[in-house]
Amino acid sequence: MSAYPALVVAGFRRWSTYRAAMLAGALTNSVFGAIKAAVLMGTVSSAGAAVAGYDPLQAATFAWMTQALLAPVSIWADDTIARRVRTGDIAVDLARPIDPQLAAWATDLGRAAYMFLPRGLPPLLLGALVTGLALPSDPTAYLLGLVCVVAGVSVSFATRWLVNLTSFWLTEIRGVMLLYSVSATVLTGLAFPVSWFPEGLRTFAHATPFPSMLQTPVEVLTGISSGGAALELFAVQLGWLVVLLAAGRVMLHLGARRLVVQGG
Amino acid sequence: MAETGVAETGLLATYRALLGSRVRAQLSYRTSFVADLLANVGTGLSEFATVYVVFSNTDELGGLDVWQACLVFALANITFAVADLLVGHLDLLPEHVRTGTLDAFLLRPLPVLGQLATSEISLKRIGRVGIAVVVFTIAWPQTGIPLDGRAIALLLVAIVGGTAIFSAFFVLAGALQFWLLEGREMVNSITYGSSNAAQYPATLYPAPLRWLFGYVFPAVFVAYLPVLALTGEPGPPGLPSWLGWFSPVAAAVAWALTLLVWRSGVRHYTGTGS
Repeated sequence: MSAYPALVVAGFRRWSTYRAAMLAGALTNSVFGAIKAAVLMGTVSSAGAAVAGYDPLQAATFAWMTQALLAPVSIWADDTIARRVRTGDIAVDLARPIDPQLAAWATDLGRAAYMFLPRGLPPLLLGALVTGLALPSDPTAYLLGLVCVVAGVSVSFATRWLVNLTSFWLTEIRGVMLLYSVSATVLTGLAFPVSWFPEGLRTFAHATPFPSMLQTPVEVLTGISSGGAALELFAVQLGWLVVLLAAGRVMLHLGARRLVVQGG
Repeated sequence: MAETGVAETGLLATYRALLGSRVRAQLSYRTSFVADLLANVGTGLSEFATVYVVFSNTDELGGLDVWQACLVFALANITFAVADLLVGHLDLLPEHVRTGTLDAFLLRPLPVLGQLATSEISLKRIGRVGIAVVVFTIAWPQTGIPLDGRAIALLLVAIVGGTAIFSAFFVLAGALQFWLLEGREMVNSITYGSSNAAQYPATLYPAPLRWLFGYVFPAVFVAYLPVLALTGEPGPPGLPSWLGWFSPVAAAVAWALTLLVWRSGVRHYTGTGS
């Protein structure tokens, strides 16, 4: 049972070796944050006092906060597991005496935990300096916000796991990954708050798990959603997490049955 | 035999042969090519979603109405995607530097940059160009700008200059990798950051950002200033709209600096041993 906490630590330590890359990523996140904050604030001031409940400062905070959480939540798909399926290494994972899905989840949480500060703080500090940040005064908002970040990372993991496992059937999943990344860029709220979308697109976004990855944690951490509304968003996250993890288990089971590994 | 062949037909033919082989290679895997093309259409659409979301909430952004903003979007995306098609693969340079395979390029009797630039051409980027062209074609008649000689000249200047500016950024980003190696994400702020900054009216940006993307990495010259010159609107402080005619000048300066960095980067390269 203690294997999973150890995997969280291992994930953390693995990423902590790439310090220069971390710094580089934080810089890029901050530059994009500055552009996004300017565009979001410009949209609010053109529209009047507020857009869908966001005043200019909240819009700017949303921009900085989404940039801060982009890396920990890992918005875009990676193909780590799909590569293991293609090369046959997945057979080793299946033979291990621990659950492959839980092990990968634990490793991903460790990765996110490491990235949280080095990738998250620089955009927020720049934001505090350039535009200021609208943060909730209620300490419980931060606590719930943190829980929502963990849930967001987990929903993101569970969805990326499904994307990766399509490799049991497709072998080459570049197309699926690109489709996923393009959808995630828009529907997670990375570019604009989901509540700013025109109605059709908004309804569509809410029918997917994408807003639970980024929009929800940011909404709670900025205090745009609080109290009962925030708890409701958290419940939606948990719902998606259960459904997606279960789907991932079924898919692994089905995929492993048709898996043929070459070699002797 | 081969050497006399090269001497007779000249450099240009060599490059043409290199590029031709890349084009044929990509078109021979038909399904994979179509999938990549569609993915690039998707990227173009997701970029356009930002314009769509902004203007579903407001009628103007930073002094532009929806059709003018569409023109800015279209010019920024056409030029970026064409530059990406031509030299976007230069961000694979750190792979060559890390593994030492750049040695092979240094040994051949052609400039390294020329070889690398012609070593790949990403035809799939036509997908994103296509989206931008569609947006342009729909938006142009709505702006009420007459399509006269001046407008055509300005558009040509903007597209050539903008493509050259973004190409310089891709090469610069590659050149910096001679030192940074693991810094690919940092140089993304030069390439993708500039492309992002080019898509919106610079009036929105605070002064430091406007100077950064106006005069250090001249992304504002790519689309926003030419559209201002087309509509005759004045620019924000420090960026008068007549500068819209000068994107080739900005490109020339960017290329000059980029080539200096590139040259010292190649000199900095030491290989990885045997």
